[in-house]
Amino acid sequence: MPLKLERQENVPLAGLIAAPFVALAVTLVVGAVMFLAMGQDPVEAFRIYFIDPLGDAYTLQELVVKACPLLLIGVGLAFCYRANRWNIGAEGQYVVGAVFGSWLALATHGTEAGPWVLPAMLVLGALGGAAYGLIPAFLRVRFGASEILTSLMLVYVAQLGLDYLVRGPWRDPAGFNFPQSVTFDAVATVPLLFEEGRMHAGIVIALVVVVAATFVLGRTLVGFSIELGGSAPRAAAFAGFDERRVTYGVFAVSGALAGLAGIIEVAGPIGNLQPSISPGYGFTAIIAAMLGRLHPVGILVSSFILALTYIGGEAAQISLRMPFDVTRVFQGTLLIAILAADVLVRYRIRRVEGVRHA
Amino acid sequence: MLDTVMIGAVLASVVAAATTLLIASLGELVAERAGTLNLGVEGMMIIGAAVGYATAYSSGSLLLGTLAAVLAGMALSLVFATLTIWLAANQVASGLATTILGLGLAGLIGASFVGTRLDAAPALDIPGLSDLPILGKVAFGQDAFVYASVALLALVTWGLARTRIGLILRAVGESHAAAHALGHPVRKIRTLAVMFGGACAGLAGAHLSLAYTPFWASDMTAGRGWIALALVVFSAWKPLWLLAGAYLFGAVSILQLHVQGFGLGIPSQLLSSLPYLATVAALVLISAMKRGQGAPASLGVPFVPDR
Repeated sequence: MPLKLERQENVPLAGLIAAPFVALAVTLVVGAVMFLAMGQDPVEAFRIYFIDPLGDAYTLQELVVKACPLLLIGVGLAFCYRANRWNIGAEGQYVVGAVFGSWLALATHGTEAGPWVLPAMLVLGALGGAAYGLIPAFLRVRFGASEILTSLMLVYVAQLGLDYLVRGPWRDPAGFNFPQSVTFDAVATVPLLFEEGRMHAGIVIALVVVVAATFVLGRTLVGFSIELGGSAPRAAAFAGFDERRVTYGVFAVSGALAGLAGIIEVAGPIGNLQPSISPGYGFTAIIAAMLGRLHPVGILVSSFILALTYIGGEAAQISLRMPFDVTRVFQGTLLIAILAADVLVRYRIRRVEGVRHA
Repeated sequence: MLDTVMIGAVLASVVAAATTLLIASLGELVAERAGTLNLGVEGMMIIGAAVGYATAYSSGSLLLGTLAAVLAGMALSLVFATLTIWLAANQVASGLATTILGLGLAGLIGASFVGTRLDAAPALDIPGLSDLPILGKVAFGQDAFVYASVALLALVTWGLARTRIGLILRAVGESHAAAHALGHPVRKIRTLAVMFGGACAGLAGAHLSLAYTPFWASDMTAGRGWIALALVVFSAWKPLWLLAGAYLFGAVSILQLHVQGFGLGIPSQLLSSLPYLATVAALVLISAMKRGQGAPASLGVPFVPDR
């Protein structure tokens, strides 16, 4: 192999910004090949997938609806990944947050409860998500168990728990045996921003979270301790930062934001509890976090790009009869491309003459 | 008499459930002993299941299907190897990407086969032994995948402990810098180890879609790839312990099904979550007992040669 990688000391900012765009371009090329292999006209498919959804007000609102959970979860994951803690169970924390918040909506259903219900639901959702996120953190700190595997296993447990609730104790008695809860009351519903369309106030909360997270990560000692704990754990220990506190902290934050996303989704676009309340937002948000360079503003952009793959996927399902898995292929390819593009930024590739390398 | 037939049938299904886990986790163990943590097992397994089923259904040959599954798992593992070994990308994120891509591609490949069925891989009775009461069918009346998993276990155990290749592979996993200084091609060895893992994950997928449940359903791996990863930790990176782990988890996943069948009033969802809860419990137990110290020293650390 006559090429070698050489680590760059000062990573150029231009490269950091350019890498995601290179990744997007590569993903589109791979996508074109995939469409050709499936016997589709790539130009036509791309139009339906990526251009048409941007064309009218209704789908633009849908884009915001899909981006909202990705943004909330993705920003939370940025805390974890900056600290080099691998929470990949956000999907489970999202579900538990939705369940915790929904409990209040169901408990107050049909009563004369006031407008305090929704804010209380959001708080409960965040607490539920945080509590569920703290389980893998605790198992790692106390027993040294890999947080990667425990957080993922807990996703399956959370989904089965939700399934039990909506088929059992929380099933709508007047719902013709459909596995779902009653529809939430108006005071337990996230308000819409416009009369037409589905865009809801959740995106406002998400934008506030972006601003707050940008400040905390960029301008505070807490943000610095997270960053340092991830990139130089020994230096962080010498500086007196408590590694365990960082672990608990980042899992609590990312769990809370995933839980918040869950309860907003259930109290917003969905309107009640159902066996399936997410098309994999918790996993797609991992890609959003990586594509957005673990920076809240970057994640704002990347969640809209990934939201587009969801909308386009639904459109292609209807008009081209393509399986929804096309979206997963796009998302997987995008993550692979961004990881590869990172190398161009972090390393310089040199030709090596006449020397054999391992 | 009925009882012994019943017990035999239950035990045989435990063996079948354990075989998928054993094959996949053996492959991952080899990759990890060489120093690479491949979280893409789930993706490589499901692509194996999809490609294996599609090939076997179209060609009518289970052997061809199995071969295609192995190649598909290997091909996807090459994507992971290129990212992590040759481009020094983050192993956790790369593994996740591999899994997401594998799930998507498998869905596309399998889409046109939804609702079809295949004849399961036939049981190969070993003459004489398979007629033994109860355990005869369990141990000697299984399909080729089960025998292959045992052979694979023997091969990996012996290969890692007793051969020169195994020694070099372990050296690369313990200290890539030292292995590099000795002139061993660290990245080539790691790539081969990851490809072996991919081949095994593909084979495990073929066992799922060609023998265990001979049809295609999207997401049919249902987290088995992740459980295989946890088993490697559980085994403290020792192949023989994988056997115990895989059969323990096979037993948990089969027994919970039978308990559901009895309808004891326990919510079926609680029983279904047992394999996942057991995985968490096993990880905690092993980590608490400090058995986790068996981890290869360079596991998860990218290697970039500086000379």
